[in-house]
Amino acid sequence: MIPFQYTKASDVADAVRLIAANGGAKFIAGGTNLLDLMKDNVERPTTLIDISRLPLNSVEETASGGLRIGALVPNADLAWHPLIEKRYPLLSSAILAGASQQLRNMASTGGNLLQRTRCAYFYDTATPCNKRQPGSGCSAVNGVNRGHAILGASTSCIATHPSDMCVALAALDATVHVTGAKGARAIPFADFHRLPGDTPHIDTNLAPDEIITAIEVPAKGFATHYSYLKIRDRMSYAFALVSVAAALEIKNGTIEEARLALGGVAHKPWRDAGAEAALRGQPAEDASFARAADLLLRDARPQAHNDFKVDLARRAIIRTLTQAAHGTPQSQSNKTIQ
Amino acid sequence: MSTPNNTAKAYTGTPTSRVDGRAKVTGAAKYAGDFNAGGLAYGAVVEATIARGRIARIDAGEALRVPGVLDVITHENRPRVADSDEAWRDDLAPEDGSPFRPLYDDAVKFNQQPIALVLAEEWEIARYAASLVRVDYEKQPFVTDVYRRRDDAIVVEKPDKLRGDAAKAFAAAEVRHEADYFIPTEHHNPMELFATTAMWEAGGPLTVYDKTQGVQNVQQFLCGVFEKKPNEIRVISPYVGGAFGAGLRPQYQVVLAVMGALKLQRSVRLVLTRQQMYGLGYRPATIERLALGARRDGTLDAITHEAVGTTSQFEEFSRNDTGWSALLYASPNARYEHRVAHLDVPTSCDMRAPGAATGVYALESAMDELAVALKMDPVELRLRCYSERDQNEDLPYTSKRLRECYREGAAAFGWDRRKPEPRAMRDGKALVGWGMASGVWEALQVPVAVRIAMTANGHAEVSCAASDIGTGTYTIMAQVAADSLGLPIENITIHLADSTLPSAPVEGGSWMAASACHAVIATAGEVRSELLRRAKLMKGSPLADAVEEDVTLSDGKLVSRRQTDRGVSISDIMRHAAMERIEKEKTNEFAQDKAHARNTHSAVFVEVKVDEELGVVRVTRVVSAVAAGRVLNPKTARSQVMGAVVGGIGMALHEETIYDHGLGRIINHDIAEYHVPVNADIHDIEVIFVDEPDALINPLGMKGLGEIGIVGVAAAVANAVYHATGVRVRDLPITLDKVLGRRQAA
Ligand SMILES: Cc1cc2nc3c(=O)[nH]c(=O)nc-3n(C[C@H](O)[C@H](O)[C@H](O)COP(=O)(O)OP(=O)(O)OC[C@H]3O[C@@H](n4cnc5c(N)ncnc54)[C@H](O)[C@@H]3O)c2cc1C
Ligand code: SF4
Repeated sequence: MIPFQYTKASDVADAVRLIAANGGAKFIAGGTNLLDLMKDNVERPTTLIDISRLPLNSVEETASGGLRIGALVPNADLAWHPLIEKRYPLLSSAILAGASQQLRNMASTGGNLLQRTRCAYFYDTATPCNKRQPGSGCSAVNGVNRGHAILGASTSCIATHPSDMCVALAALDATVHVTGAKGARAIPFADFHRLPGDTPHIDTNLAPDEIITAIEVPAKGFATHYSYLKIRDRMSYAFALVSVAAALEIKNGTIEEARLALGGVAHKPWRDAGAEAALRGQPAEDASFARAADLLLRDARPQAHNDFKVDLARRAIIRTLTQAAHGTPQSQSNKTIQ
Repeated sequence: MSTPNNTAKAYTGTPTSRVDGRAKVTGAAKYAGDFNAGGLAYGAVVEATIARGRIARIDAGEALRVPGVLDVITHENRPRVADSDEAWRDDLAPEDGSPFRPLYDDAVKFNQQPIALVLAEEWEIARYAASLVRVDYEKQPFVTDVYRRRDDAIVVEKPDKLRGDAAKAFAAAEVRHEADYFIPTEHHNPMELFATTAMWEAGGPLTVYDKTQGVQNVQQFLCGVFEKKPNEIRVISPYVGGAFGAGLRPQYQVVLAVMGALKLQRSVRLVLTRQQMYGLGYRPATIERLALGARRDGTLDAITHEAVGTTSQFEEFSRNDTGWSALLYASPNARYEHRVAHLDVPTSCDMRAPGAATGVYALESAMDELAVALKMDPVELRLRCYSERDQNEDLPYTSKRLRECYREGAAAFGWDRRKPEPRAMRDGKALVGWGMASGVWEALQVPVAVRIAMTANGHAEVSCAASDIGTGTYTIMAQVAADSLGLPIENITIHLADSTLPSAPVEGGSWMAASACHAVIATAGEVRSELLRRAKLMKGSPLADAVEEDVTLSDGKLVSRRQTDRGVSISDIMRHAAMERIEKEKTNEFAQDKAHARNTHSAVFVEVKVDEELGVVRVTRVVSAVAAGRVLNPKTARSQVMGAVVGGIGMALHEETIYDHGLGRIINHDIAEYHVPVNADIHDIEVIFVDEPDALINPLGMKGLGEIGIVGVAAAVANAVYHATGVRVRDLPITLDKVLGRRQAA
């Protein structure tokens, strides 16, 4: 960790001013990811701008029937928020599938979006990594890559985005509200995170001088037919090998609307319009689910150590869609997979 | 034979809460990194980032310019240290090789090797400055993968004389099973980080608070390395936050902290980071080859067990994985051989049940495969091969109730309802599997000295240099002392883990409980003799014609065994003799009985549920039946075995130190990525202590319990996974990709 200045932002405008004026600065919210990275010398901010006390911690109903979630609402509060539990249980479930109670108490909604990959090489400054040090090479391509991407990777980087919450937000078609020196704007969730391409050091389309103020979820919450299933190497407190968020609207056994997002397989929460379209109008049954899974994975390209992920993702998609269709969402507290 | 008094309530045999429990949960218990001193300086370690080579240039200039930095010690400017291997060899150092010497010269022998120590006024400053030390290396080729050195491995253990001709018997056997098994490198990951606080005092001795399993080992080691007289260094380690073997040998941070204190002439604290803990010793990656030949009736004709373990280039550490196979089961022909591969890694070290946790995993997996080949129940197969004698030495045991372990474990588990075919049992989407394995470990004893100082008001201080590494040594010694001195446990104070106390070897190998308790009884016997001698001198003494064998201490009195109302209170005796305290010291005397084998045994029964489509394995039920002599504290004993079972589940399903062999570097060096089981992975664990009277082993009939609980667990899980799925995974950990049959070699 390098020595750094610490300052508190008094309001959003102040935060934006401070970050614009200070090239080496970073916001700190819960600090659960940033501080770890600083201790490992991966992040080396010269100034920390503490935004944790800004009044961005409420959940409010929007005129269009959705919810606007402040960027500083703790993950734990969000998961247990009555409106979220009732109307967006997919989001609640995905949050509870992640990290630990202690971490969820500290972690913020905005920070969760910006958490960085868990690729081990990214954390180890003794190894080459294009994401950490552009141009230095990717250790994972020819190294240990069991946990890495099977979709949308590039030759520069094959890392995955580790968030669970974001997989649900992607499925729910959320919007990210941000404010910068040039004013406020809204970024559709699908455009927020980027694929690595040849600029893997840039994770998102958030500008360096912008702050996330809120996440908005539209009215459609899929509270009847949803499930979040996370497959990992132990039953809790591990990042996903593959995770699936499924949300359906079903009438008389026919799927009217479908959302499907995957975690642990790509540099961003993965959605596939074709796979979702293939579900619409189909009977809510295994064959439809399998077809959608095959479509979603048609371009999957495994790494040397993870071709199991393709098959696993296929099976997990089918299982999650089945849980959603049956109205028996995966529990995040029973020590079992349903 | 002296036995604890039988009049008052006996603490021994009764579930007793930890005497140090309150101090631990309230934070009053101080660990090595918690001690403070005026003018304390803080250390931070710089580690090598290559696996092998030499340091061409090391530049601390920038680091030294950081305000608050006191010094940067490297091989170029370190204080003088001894230069013979002998001086660096601690009690547990392998006989062969040259122990690692931190900051000794420019050689880099493994990744994460310490190459500089930064000392500063504050820890944050030290850590920042450590990141500014610039190092240029001359790199050399390296190997960290045991499979690449399998053929060059060196034989370290094989029997003195061969038992029959295993190869020939195997070739001729009616039923054969032969396979390779693999256990990856594992790290201990104790909760407490390795830490040392070295207290410097002008003209006085150096007092070293260290996280260790053996204070006297560290003290002698430091005296050797820094060429000090015994009274110049004192080592203390009152509490240890887990070690599992990692603290058996002095770790490099104790050398560096002392080096820093001597150089600065100031007190120094050095706490390793979690990541740096992966630069220490580990359970060696081991390839195990088993070949079993049997008759159709399930009796064994041939056992061959060959293993290749891992060590550094400079020390030959190994524990015998293979001897267990030849020991445990009756077979006229047996051959074992343990080899070790030298890799560019630190020296491996003991980790809970070293050799057995790994070797018996392979043996018991192979036995399960043999049972399948024979179409025989796995318990039945083990009964057919049951041996009443140590098969290697052909000796009877002091006690062996393994048969009862099978019987009681199977009954508690409901084993008789098992359907033998794989994939025959289901629970919804899950395939259900039941597996079992045997466990075996040694019942070792070591000489331990104990001092008891008893005061006239009926309080006793019991002192010994032994450590309590979290296993409950404080508690069990207090129980035995209370019973043998006839005092309430509240009146007993235990002092442990100070190198100036009566001598004890390192705490490990499950030998401490039996040895230290035995020593407490022996020393209490001396106290009692002294009291009797004094009591006889009292006028009109009711014990005037009593002899040793007649009296016991009970309820604060020395009384006649036959007539407990005939006696004198301790305080009266001591007042009469004008004594304020009685102080005695004695070492346990145990017969070096060469005519018997001494072992503990277990039978582990496991239920797994495996999601058929997703390959996710859950261990839903474990019954561990243990035969380990007399159990003195059923409460702490049960905790020991439960913890060990959890460790075994981790070994089976989760634990793996992952190397990038191209970089020669561990990549999952933190406990977010190095997986151990979490609460959600653990379901029912039932511990059964099989009654195992043992009149031969020691006066208490007691064996150790620290390690037997982990042995066999990984095999039982693997066997259950096979029974559930029909998939035999022979390399640990059993991750879902392997269960799905989709694992590529890393
Ligand atoms: C051991 C461990 C296990 C974990 N397991 C999981 C898991 O299983 N699943 C999962 O999803 N997550 C997991 N996490 C990650 C955790 O969810 C994230 O660390 C957390 O959500 C980050 O939130 P934070 O508020 O602490 O962010 P911080 O660490 O404070 O910040 C993270 C980044 O976001 C930036 N930032 C924060 N807020 C804003 C804002 N409003 N506007 C602009 N920039 C901002 C910061 O500058 C920083 O770059 C785990 C973390 C740990 C340490
Ligand atoms: S996968 Fe990406 S994050 Fe990982 S080493 Fe390669 S470039 Fe770095």
